[in-house]
Amino acid sequence: MTVDVGAGTAERTDVAQPQPARQRRRRVEDTSTGAKAGPVWTLVAWILTLFFFAPVAWMVLTSFHREADAASNPPKVLAPLTFEHYGELFGRNIAPFLINSATASVVSTLLVLLLAVPAAYALSIKPVQKWTDVMFFFLSTKFLPPIAALLPIYLIVKQVGMLDNVYTLVILYTSMNLPIAVWMMRSFLAEVPTEILEAAEVDGAGLITTLWRVVTPIVLPGMAATSLICFIFSWNEFMFAVNLTATVASTAPVFLVGFITSEGLFLAQLCAAATLVSLPVLIAGFVAQDKLVRGLSLGAVK
Amino acid sequence: MTTLAPPAGAVRTPGPHRGAGESRWRRRAPLLPALVFAIIVTQLPFVATLVLSTLHWNILRPGEESFAGLANYGVVFTDARLRAAVVNSVVLTVSVVLLSLVVGLVLAVLLDRKFIGRGLARTLLIAPFLVMPVAAALLWKHAIYNPTYGLLNGTLNGIAQLFGDRGPTIDWVSTFPMAAVVIALVWQWTPFMMLILLAGLQSQPGEVLEAAKVDGASGVQTFRYMTLPHLRQYMELGILLGSVYVVQTFDHIFTITQGGPGSATTNLPYEIYLTMFRKYEYGEAAAAGVVVVVGTIVVATFALRLISSLFREEVGR
Repeated sequence: MTVDVGAGTAERTDVAQPQPARQRRRRVEDTSTGAKAGPVWTLVAWILTLFFFAPVAWMVLTSFHREADAASNPPKVLAPLTFEHYGELFGRNIAPFLINSATASVVSTLLVLLLAVPAAYALSIKPVQKWTDVMFFFLSTKFLPPIAALLPIYLIVKQVGMLDNVYTLVILYTSMNLPIAVWMMRSFLAEVPTEILEAAEVDGAGLITTLWRVVTPIVLPGMAATSLICFIFSWNEFMFAVNLTATVASTAPVFLVGFITSEGLFLAQLCAAATLVSLPVLIAGFVAQDKLVRGLSLGAVK
Repeated sequence: MTTLAPPAGAVRTPGPHRGAGESRWRRRAPLLPALVFAIIVTQLPFVATLVLSTLHWNILRPGEESFAGLANYGVVFTDARLRAAVVNSVVLTVSVVLLSLVVGLVLAVLLDRKFIGRGLARTLLIAPFLVMPVAAALLWKHAIYNPTYGLLNGTLNGIAQLFGDRGPTIDWVSTFPMAAVVIALVWQWTPFMMLILLAGLQSQPGEVLEAAKVDGASGVQTFRYMTLPHLRQYMELGILLGSVYVVQTFDHIFTITQGGPGSATTNLPYEIYLTMFRKYEYGEAAAAGVVVVVGTIVVATFALRLISSLFREEVGR
């Protein structure tokens, strides 16, 4: 396959200009000359931080307490610790729910990448006509409240016999995350310097070679970030999961809610369950916190 | 800075091969799967909602489906519960977005400076946003607001006992239902605002701030006249994206209050859910859904305009 050199370079000039502006960013200098906070402000910052983190810390701590200590008033911070609630969760068969969550999140994330990366390519490196309109179409679908689509989706899914099927969730999560992924991937692809692509063309690299050897390594971190955001949103999704699944395909958030209403409240066990189901996203988010902003703002803020 | 950039459409130089059919299709081909998928999965249900909204259809009364015209919309606009749901949605969304924006700004400003353990503080601060919303809602309801052994009353009781008293036994969720939901949501959304505003703060050109310092501007002056205007776009982005997400809140209402007591915290998504799966009034639920979509489009139009200005800035660079 050969590269359409003339059209490629001419149409690309608008998208991937070198960006001197970014080099001026203060983030770069931050390590050397950034303003130092006074001790008072450091204290304020830490007090607020701990205040915000307290509910999470309390959730984790309570999950290791015995039920009697968890339900004490005033709260016992220094009660003996136990792992038993995590064991009980698996006794209550949380595993299928976690597997459903993992299936729905991972498969839909892969599907999103499969659809979004080529689309983002068509919207950035060699943009189709009216590519901005297409971008805004994708974004506008994100603004449609899912509750307004729930009824027809429920009826259609019921009609085709896909209620309580994890692949129904896969399709819905794919459509939920596709616009985010297209926007994010476009903003990553737009940063691939034009010169590099031109150099590859001059060296006689075909389209596939250029994409695989030149573009992919540059945007790989972007793809990882995009996958992460899609995974987080899918893993946490509740409304479709609770309304479209019953027993077989229910995901972790449905387990959480169901487990509360089934019998009396076991606070420590609830905290263990809440901690366990939040853990994958917490870890992923902590690891990739630098990329979160870009994903949450659809790539509009770096 | 956005006004200087020409609109995105104008920057594009038409390629010499434009119109060459084959190359145009080669260019479109990678886009089509995503586009077709998005149209089928998101637009068809909406068209179906439009159709359903013109039907009398309650599955508890089978065989009585009929064409209703705009009757369902009449119900939607006159129903007291739905009106209450609209008011609740607005109250909930506005208070959550504004409160989390203000708190997020404070945290972003604090975290923009260097201090011991800043990285760790940032990591801890984003945790609320990452906790699964259903888990967070249950955590607030049972571990914090619970009247007998929740953390809130427990702490008050612990403090009171220091003075020999017995602490209060307040049932937070039923006494202050809306505030209880709002606080749980503000806790969850503040990190989102903080992250966006922090990105804004860190994108401020360092030399401009230094110049202000050299010119003798105080910290407050610099913040008021330089940082805040610079942050405006980021705040707008946070407000608009936050609104779009918070207006769709379902998990917290479902979990913390079930819309109650009465309909005190029933927002539009939850009301539609009730109409659909408790009253089984499919036509009415669809009509309410259409009204929500129209409302969202109004908000989203502003969001799109704002995002397109950020977008043009990048394209015009």
